[in-house]
Amino acid sequence: MSVHGPIPILRIGSTLLVSIQLELRDAVADAFQADVLSAIEKRGTTGLVVDISGLDMVDTYVARILAETGRMAKLMGTSTVLVGMRPEVAATLVRMGYGMEGVRTALDLDAGLALLGHVIAQRK
Amino acid sequence: MIQVGATHQIPIENADDIIRVRRRVRDIAEVKKFDSFATAAITTATSELARNALVHGGKGIACIEEVTDGYRLGIRIVFEDHGPGIDDIPRVLAGGYTTARSMGLGLSGSKRLVDDFELESTPGAGTKVTVTKWKRF
Repeated sequence: MSVHGPIPILRIGSTLLVSIQLELRDAVADAFQADVLSAIEKRGTTGLVVDISGLDMVDTYVARILAETGRMAKLMGTSTVLVGMRPEVAATLVRMGYGMEGVRTALDLDAGLALLGHVIAQRK
Repeated sequence: MIQVGATHQIPIENADDIIRVRRRVRDIAEVKKFDSFATAAITTATSELARNALVHGGKGIACIEEVTDGYRLGIRIVFEDHGPGIDDIPRVLAGGYTTARSMGLGLSGSKRLVDDFELESTPGAGTKVTVTKWKRF
């Protein structure tokens, strides 16, 4: 079922790292979700960090894909942390009424990996 | 009295047109030196409304206007489609309206991101949404 969209998925130990550095067309966002789930299955991961510092705009379509991907990963036993959200993006999403409830977030990659470590340690 | 300067019409016929419209809006906001929060707000509202025109109207058109009211610069965008229209406008603007492909936040959310928001819709004939964002500083 893997789609092989243009966003690379890296693995560090049992953690997957995805950094979105291009403007998300709908097709790319859809492929991102499928590719991440396939990678979780293939590589036996326990954690996923999604870096969105490259996104200067997140509309509700992309926000929904990101939140859904976290929930889908959770069903597969993987914890997700979203990192690098820009201030303008946070302000815009909250004002629209889309606070991304249920999504774990951290300021940057460093903080995200630390948070993921805590979350996974608590699960054991 | 609003004066209209340059206008740009962009058809919305597929998902990539959504990106085309919002890129143009972002470019204009940046050239006019809107602050980054206002730029993100109008760009995001544009993305939501262009998607609405495409998903609910089948296709549509965006007309981007560079406007002034005499002392402020602004960007006004008119999104028009000839889709089925909206039966219950208050319900849609309350944000509780959900359809298969959207979160139902497109219209209510973009209303909160802009300074002026007008929605006209005739069931069976189409929908026209006009939004304006004024430069703050």
